[in-house]
Amino acid sequence: MNAFEYARPATVEEAIGLLSAKDGEVAPLAGGTDLLSLMKDFVVEPKRLVSLMGIAPLQAITVGKDGLRIGATVTLDALLQSGALNQWAAKWPALWHATAGIRSLQLRAMGTVGGELLQRPRCWYFRRGHGLLAQEADGSSMVEKGDHRYHAVFGNAGPAKFVHASSLAPALIACGATAEIASPKGNRTVQVEELYRTPATAGERETALAADELLVAVTLPRPRPRSATYEVRPRQGLDWPLAAAAVAFELDGGGKCVAARVALGHVAPTPWSVPEAAALVGKAIDAAAIAGLAAAVAKSATPLKGNAYKVELAQVALRRACAAALKGA
Amino acid sequence: MSRSDQPQDASGVSRRGFLKGVGAGALAAGAVAPAAAALGAKAGPQAAAAGTVFGPAPVAVALNVNGKVRQLRLEPRVTLLDALRNHLDLTGAKKVCDRATCGACTVLLDGKAVYACTVLAVEANGRAIETVEGLAETHGGAAPIQKCFVANDAQQCGFCTPGFVMACESFKRANPGATREQALDGLGGNLCRCGTYHGVAQAVVDALAGKGGN
Repeated sequence: MNAFEYARPATVEEAIGLLSAKDGEVAPLAGGTDLLSLMKDFVVEPKRLVSLMGIAPLQAITVGKDGLRIGATVTLDALLQSGALNQWAAKWPALWHATAGIRSLQLRAMGTVGGELLQRPRCWYFRRGHGLLAQEADGSSMVEKGDHRYHAVFGNAGPAKFVHASSLAPALIACGATAEIASPKGNRTVQVEELYRTPATAGERETALAADELLVAVTLPRPRPRSATYEVRPRQGLDWPLAAAAVAFELDGGGKCVAARVALGHVAPTPWSVPEAAALVGKAIDAAAIAGLAAAVAKSATPLKGNAYKVELAQVALRRACAAALKGA
Repeated sequence: MSRSDQPQDASGVSRRGFLKGVGAGALAAGAVAPAAAALGAKAGPQAAAAGTVFGPAPVAVALNVNGKVRQLRLEPRVTLLDALRNHLDLTGAKKVCDRATCGACTVLLDGKAVYACTVLAVEANGRAIETVEGLAETHGGAAPIQKCFVANDAQQCGFCTPGFVMACESFKRANPGATREQALDGLGGNLCRCGTYHGVAQAVVDALAGKGGN
């Protein structure tokens, strides 16, 4: 790991002042579970780290009239503990499932909500220093030619073939959560799905945040009646899921769907919102409706030569998440 | 890197002592003061105004390890694991993957299990750090969880064991009434290439049941 300067500001304003508009020059440090590994491999080489862990307001979980507001440096462990105390697990089960799915005591104790949402792709070409797009000198894709068993099966028509690694993002998107961003130009609030973008050229970021901006909190709006996340994972211990689905449904008194939001995880360069979910509105969400949604999602998939199995897994995750949500799990 | 804060080992040449000697030479050769990082002109004055920028040269860090506060001077890039192993001679926590994955470096930070390889020592400044060495000190010998590991043959080559012991200890303290299923969930952050998971799981179950003492 290269040498770097270290700062530990006490306020968000101070932290913003210590960042740099030039991408890669300064990095905010939260739990460090992703950043420090990337630095050890020289994938990122910041000259300064700005620790956010001394900023008390970023560690707060508050329940207000807008919903549940979670500070960006709330640890996953603190989130789970708070759930046990406040019963939010029962109100936003999709987020609860996704958080509890990070099966490492250590990552839960160190990792933060903001860091989880903004972690870099696990793509092995990226982690070997070939850049997010992993292009050869002639512009061809290493991913297409090489081993891409864990790569994108949606949204991969451009040069980006990696999958976004966040497990919490699909759950937050399904629940309609918003994100607060602090910036030198002032603060703004966006939908969580707007945090993410698919880079089209080398050097572009996979997030909509500028290099001198900070994610400060996410807010879950009033609880949806029914939500769930289901992750298909390769092993019982810690690992990133192969595919995940988060769903949230509002039903009327007669059991008809009033609103539906579905997001898939680990299948596209961004958390993947499923527009086909809108077709559920006005219908009873029965087995046929769920099967129809899964089929529609599969139809829009564009797997590479070696990862069509992920389309199957995404459908499985989607069907099981729907079943869990409707059961009121 | 100064090692003058270390107690001198008066004993004869041991394997550990020999390795330490070699390591000290390597450290001295590498201890060239890094030039000040060239940050953008924009960051400079603001940083000075905030008055909170340290390094990249060594900075004072106070590590509260196993109840004793140790004063060190460390570059901000030094991890907690390297500080424990290379500066405080606490070699129980092991460096294996060095990428927050395998758990061999697990120590407790404010009572929670963390991957010491991926915590900066400066971030642990002033916080309570507990290592596997401290566990034995507290219990005047093997702790209950360690006795349960022995009773269940929960190690083979043993290299992952200190990390597993600390993760299990942390889980046990936080979840005294946990079921076997929950205990398995609590072990997800540690890897054993020998495949001793069955024994480790049984060791935690036994420790939760009060076997091995309190």
